[in-house]
Amino acid sequence: MSEIIIETQKLTKKYGNFVAVDALDLVVKEGQIFGLLGPNGAGKTTTILMLLGLTEPTSGRVRVLGFDPTRQPLRVKSQAGYIPDQVGFYDELSARENLIYIARLNGLPAEEANKRIDEALARVGLSQVANQRVETFSRGMRQRLGVADVLIKKPRLIIMDEPTLGLDPELAREFLKLIRELADSGITILLSSHLLYQVQEVCDRVGLFHRGRMVLEGTLPELAQNVLGASYKVLVQANGSGVSFLDTLKQLPGVASVDFEAPDRYTLIATEDLRAEAARAIVQAGGQLTELDVDTPSLDEVYNAYFKEVNHGPTGEAKKA
Amino acid sequence: MARQAKQRKREGSPWTGLGAVIAKEMADHLTSARMRILEILIVLTALGTGYAALQQLTGESNQDEFLFLRLFTTAREPLPAFAGFLGFLVPLVAIALAFDAINGEFNRRTLARVLSQPIYRDALLMGKFLGAFFTLALVLAAIWLLVFGIGLLGLGIPPSGEEVARALLFLLATIVYGGFWMVVALLFSILFRQAATAALASIAVWLFFTGFWNMLVSLAAQTLRPIQFGLPQEQIAQTELALLLSRFSPNTLFVEATVALLLPSVRTLGVILPFELQGAILGAPLPVGQSLLLIWPQLTGMIAAILLLFVLGYVSFQRREIRS
Ligand SMILES: Nc1ncnc2c1ncn2[C@@H]1O[C@H](COP(=O)(O)OP(=O)(O)OP(=O)(O)O)[C@@H](O)[C@H]1O
Ligand SMILES: [Mg+2]
Repeated sequence: MSEIIIETQKLTKKYGNFVAVDALDLVVKEGQIFGLLGPNGAGKTTTILMLLGLTEPTSGRVRVLGFDPTRQPLRVKSQAGYIPDQVGFYDELSARENLIYIARLNGLPAEEANKRIDEALARVGLSQVANQRVETFSRGMRQRLGVADVLIKKPRLIIMDEPTLGLDPELAREFLKLIRELADSGITILLSSHLLYQVQEVCDRVGLFHRGRMVLEGTLPELAQNVLGASYKVLVQANGSGVSFLDTLKQLPGVASVDFEAPDRYTLIATEDLRAEAARAIVQAGGQLTELDVDTPSLDEVYNAYFKEVNHGPTGEAKKA
Repeated sequence: MARQAKQRKREGSPWTGLGAVIAKEMADHLTSARMRILEILIVLTALGTGYAALQQLTGESNQDEFLFLRLFTTAREPLPAFAGFLGFLVPLVAIALAFDAINGEFNRRTLARVLSQPIYRDALLMGKFLGAFFTLALVLAAIWLLVFGIGLLGLGIPPSGEEVARALLFLLATIVYGGFWMVVALLFSILFRQAATAALASIAVWLFFTGFWNMLVSLAAQTLRPIQFGLPQEQIAQTELALLLSRFSPNTLFVEATVALLLPSVRTLGVILPFELQGAILGAPLPVGQSLLLIWPQLTGMIAAILLLFVLGYVSFQRREIRS
């Protein structure tokens, strides 16, 4: 079932002496939503371009959908859709005309093309404006047209570069929902972003890029385990006559760190679900428990913790302001 | 070497999608406002010069064997002849069709989207060129028919087979000449990110060959082959050098082709170079095949230049990063 859709081995891209992508090993399996994450200039776009055969790798091996994008780009590109970070259309043409051109470039016969275009436009909710010129479209509509554009070729893989860039929160949420639906219909999705919250919302697996290397890879709990040394986040709200429970909580077994978030609010990062232990400790210390919850640490926390380590060394003491 | 070996091994036809690109480009060009304006300009020119030539010709009660061809070459003050007009309208149209071919896609951010379809860059570049080229050919053919129509109505006699053949060859030469300026503009559209820069650069090259090349040529000829003793050999040497150098300009090649095709009495494009359409030497007319032979080097020269510039553009486009 879970066929390998993207596989790279020691994939490297150099611009002169500058290494944009450094010996990347990446595996994405069928049906996954994989998030490429990393700061500006980390090499996300470069990686994507190499996957599509739009830039030649300096060295290393790539297979996408079983083909080599450098030598067999047409085969890759007929089954893989790409939505660039700033997707552009022919403004003077209508949405439908833009899609017709793409359908013809894919060699679809007119009848089949029309059918697919109607389906695609309906799927992204643009049927009403199909015959309007694209110059009248808002950012969100363009982004959805970008999805319709790749759906024309019935792709097995869709690669999106910063898909929610420039969308307002409402539209971004809708867009993420659309991505989820696409994945549910069996399309593998690779997306790049630096909007951590969104990646966390939608991605099954995440690869963290830093200076051309993929420094971390896995599901969110795996990453949390890896970076924070623990994958549970326990939220405790307790009041007890002006006493701080920080030390009490720190002494619990399996606690990696405790953060004092607000008066009477603490978060524990722990290797296990410590709700029962935390509750008992608070009560024994004479406090009143008002709220107790468990969660996975957010990608934000993982990301910040990781870069704090990288930038200040592993002993970095600086706490997040 | 290693890179080439890699290129050769790539799979699938480089022309996949070529037809789609050409069709889109032609549809765009033929409906664009830019082309409308240029078409109107050319049609007005054709009508104006055709009408003027007609008046001149009927006034003369002429016995010319090639009356029809003179529609293209007859000037009536203050207007130049139609062929002369084409000499600078065609480059203008050709440049207008191609100066934003590639950088336009870049700036509209459509390049990545188009190239992520199952086509090679070859198909996009070739399609851009051919789309514009066919548009130019179509427009010029229509104009040609228009002038022919004016002739039929105005002169009242049908052209001879010889005249039709010559006029058709002239059309072909005009299209090839347009192709040269088109490929210049296409090359600049690859090299420069800004469409305005590409347009200016193309116009600059055109101005250079129209205005400055001949000056430079005569300067160079005078310096390199000075006439010290006033001997005829010296003069011939100087003129020959000037002729050789001036032929590096596509404008010269086009003027020569025009002269040889439209004025059947021109027997040579040698040392006595007719820089003007008028004032060519008279004599017994050549058959069309001979005239074609005469301009064969000019035609092939222009085609070679087109191919060379296209290859330059191709190489630089293949290497271009497509990210925005
Ligand atoms: N054509 C080029 N020549 C030289 N360096 C380049 C070129 N293209 C990209 N780079 C460099 O490669 C690095 C990786 O760029 P890339 O666009 O892949 O980053 P990214 O992760 O997509 O960043 P962002 O989040 O800003 O989009 C950058 O430091 C960039 O400066
Ligand atoms: Mg990027």
